[in-house]
Amino acid sequence: MSAAAPLLQVDDLRVSFATEDGLVRAVDGVSFSVAAGEVVAIVGESGSGKSVTAMTLMGLTRGHNARIEGRARLGDTELLSASEHELQRIRGASIAMIFQDPMSSLNPVYRIGDQIVEQIRAHERGISKSAAMERAVELMERVGIPRSSERLRSYPHEFSGGMRQRVMIAMALSCSPKLLIADEPTTALDVTIQAQILEELRTLREQTGAGIILVTHDLAVVADIADRVIVMYSGRVVEEGTIDELFYDPLHPYTWGLLGSITRIDRDRSQRLPAISGLPPSLLNTPKGCHFRPRCPHAFGRCTDDPQLIARVPDNAEHLDRCWLELDRKRALRVVGDQIGLVSPETVVS
Amino acid sequence: MSGEARSPDPSQPASDGGATAERQLAAAVVAGEGPAANGAALMEVEHLRVLFPLKQGIVIDRTVGHVHAVDDVSFRLQEGETLGIVGESGCGKTTLIRTLVRLIDPTAGTIRFRGNDITKASRKRLEPIRREMQMIFQDPQASLNPRKRVNQIIRTPLLLRGVAKDRTDAEARALLTKVGLQTEHLNRFPHEFSGGQRQRIGIARALAIDPKLILLDEPVSALDVSIQAQVINLLEDLQDEFHLSYIFVAHDLSVVRHVSDRIAVMYLGKLMEVSPAEELYDKPIHPYTSALLGAIPIADPAENRSRERPLVEGEPPSPIEPPPGCRFHTRCSRASDICRQVEPQLTEYAGGHLAACHHPQNVSSEEIAGAARSEFSPLSAGAEAPSAI
Repeated sequence: MSAAAPLLQVDDLRVSFATEDGLVRAVDGVSFSVAAGEVVAIVGESGSGKSVTAMTLMGLTRGHNARIEGRARLGDTELLSASEHELQRIRGASIAMIFQDPMSSLNPVYRIGDQIVEQIRAHERGISKSAAMERAVELMERVGIPRSSERLRSYPHEFSGGMRQRVMIAMALSCSPKLLIADEPTTALDVTIQAQILEELRTLREQTGAGIILVTHDLAVVADIADRVIVMYSGRVVEEGTIDELFYDPLHPYTWGLLGSITRIDRDRSQRLPAISGLPPSLLNTPKGCHFRPRCPHAFGRCTDDPQLIARVPDNAEHLDRCWLELDRKRALRVVGDQIGLVSPETVVS
Repeated sequence: MSGEARSPDPSQPASDGGATAERQLAAAVVAGEGPAANGAALMEVEHLRVLFPLKQGIVIDRTVGHVHAVDDVSFRLQEGETLGIVGESGCGKTTLIRTLVRLIDPTAGTIRFRGNDITKASRKRLEPIRREMQMIFQDPQASLNPRKRVNQIIRTPLLLRGVAKDRTDAEARALLTKVGLQTEHLNRFPHEFSGGQRQRIGIARALAIDPKLILLDEPVSALDVSIQAQVINLLEDLQDEFHLSYIFVAHDLSVVRHVSDRIAVMYLGKLMEVSPAEELYDKPIHPYTSALLGAIPIADPAENRSRERPLVEGEPPSPIEPPPGCRFHTRCSRASDICRQVEPQLTEYAGGHLAACHHPQNVSSEEIAGAARSEFSPLSAGAEAPSAI
């Protein structure tokens, strides 16, 4: 985004897994960048490759059946080719990750404090145990855990879901990472707690200037906290832009479908949601050309050729989409009633 | 439809000791003309309480306390209406609807279905009533038998309804088409379907018995957004076609608002507010409702930046020892002494909008003066009328 080199630069990332049924192309040529202090959201439905993208950056998808290609540079480090030893140094210190399920990402048999201290001491040689404990208390206070010096001695099961997610954030913060990857951090939480956690993430970004990758399926959360959005579908990026571009000038039909599918609390209850019909394709057997073609009511002959992810709006090099439709036509087709949605042309006429 | 299934023969004495009330009940339900059939209440719930005992002890279990899952909840559901129930986890919304179909026995209170008291009805008496009420569950994977084909899953309720054996196949096909699946899916097993498709099978199974009321427990929260929208549209179409009433439980207020006519907001086992769906967003009367609304991000960046969003501190208190007075007072910015001591009554404002709050918001002093205690107020509530701060 900015003139300065981005914090993270991912180029043409491809991840595929060999399975019994064949090769699953989970991530199929994904490129993006994250600047310091920026929140980039990766949005998509299950199976879109959003989580695999995030986990690959952390080196968590490596395995004998996985093939990972492309480049991902964090500062001077090439993440994809880094050795396991190098990764151990990077994980936690430079990149930290928060997972969806805070219960299964904490060890149930160790006290909260010990788990935070372990991470601090792993990355900072020579720090005494008591100094690390003090740091842990500070961190827990910073993420809004009350009575933190007492709660240090609690086990994960004694914490509520929201509190456990705060512990995860405290651990992620312990080494002041440059990049924080949050994979569905609030999906398992109640809305009032979600609002609190999003507020924590916002404060964190302001205080530390860390870049944040937010992986989510929830466009409302995106609208609340992100600066830029990447929409993924079936392993590919189909649209990328700032949140204002994506919400007010969405260019890809899949994005229209997503926006139309959302029930909005502030909107009059319209009779029907302009939903997307059908199901996402299997990653074992993706359609020829545009992956969204089988579900797209606006598809035409050219869609069997692969569209490129390029800028199509004049004077805006940052708003990218992967669709063959002409810009003017897109802007006309996406309007369904008084909102944006995906409906076949025939239905619009009738 | 279910009339064909089991027309009770009035000449035949009921097997369990000539309980005339039971027979009348069964007859009324089956014939579809209970005392309150015509546009009147389909279901009436009065002062319903469900307490789960907490046991402790090694040899002898002693009850050391109770989880107040549902604590004196009253409401009425009109025929053809969709009542949404929202609340955070642990507020008792799932316990409430499970109690309504008597999957859980209530501790106190009454449940009437078409005017007939089913609070303590026996299994046998419940049988015809349960045909009128069906449930759809959150996890479509766990609620379908993995060893049965779709065909079998849908045929069983059809047979129970009394559809002739040679007709079931055609009926099953028709139902499957109705919920947007193809007839060739009949011979498949549940694991061969995606989450959204499985939820459609669950819906077809519920419809097979031709119910009047469907209770939906988080029916779309396990689904992706685009699939969520498909299922919501389907539920709305089916409601029109089969004149169904819904009780729709979900934690997602925006989904609930989209489908419901009225919305009940629950907190720690109590009703906080019952609002017409249109008014809920613009005119939340209870501070908890505005807290919930404020916490929900809207998929519109400008709207998010511009609107006021009060952030509630802390987490809900334990339902084992809920706070005295108003249950929300520990997290409420408007709480005063009275809120800590006296449980607020449910007050009915203009337009049938109910709220249990001593210091209501978004209502003028005239509106407060014109409001009255609702008949749905909890028994333990005080008589104090609400007042502006």
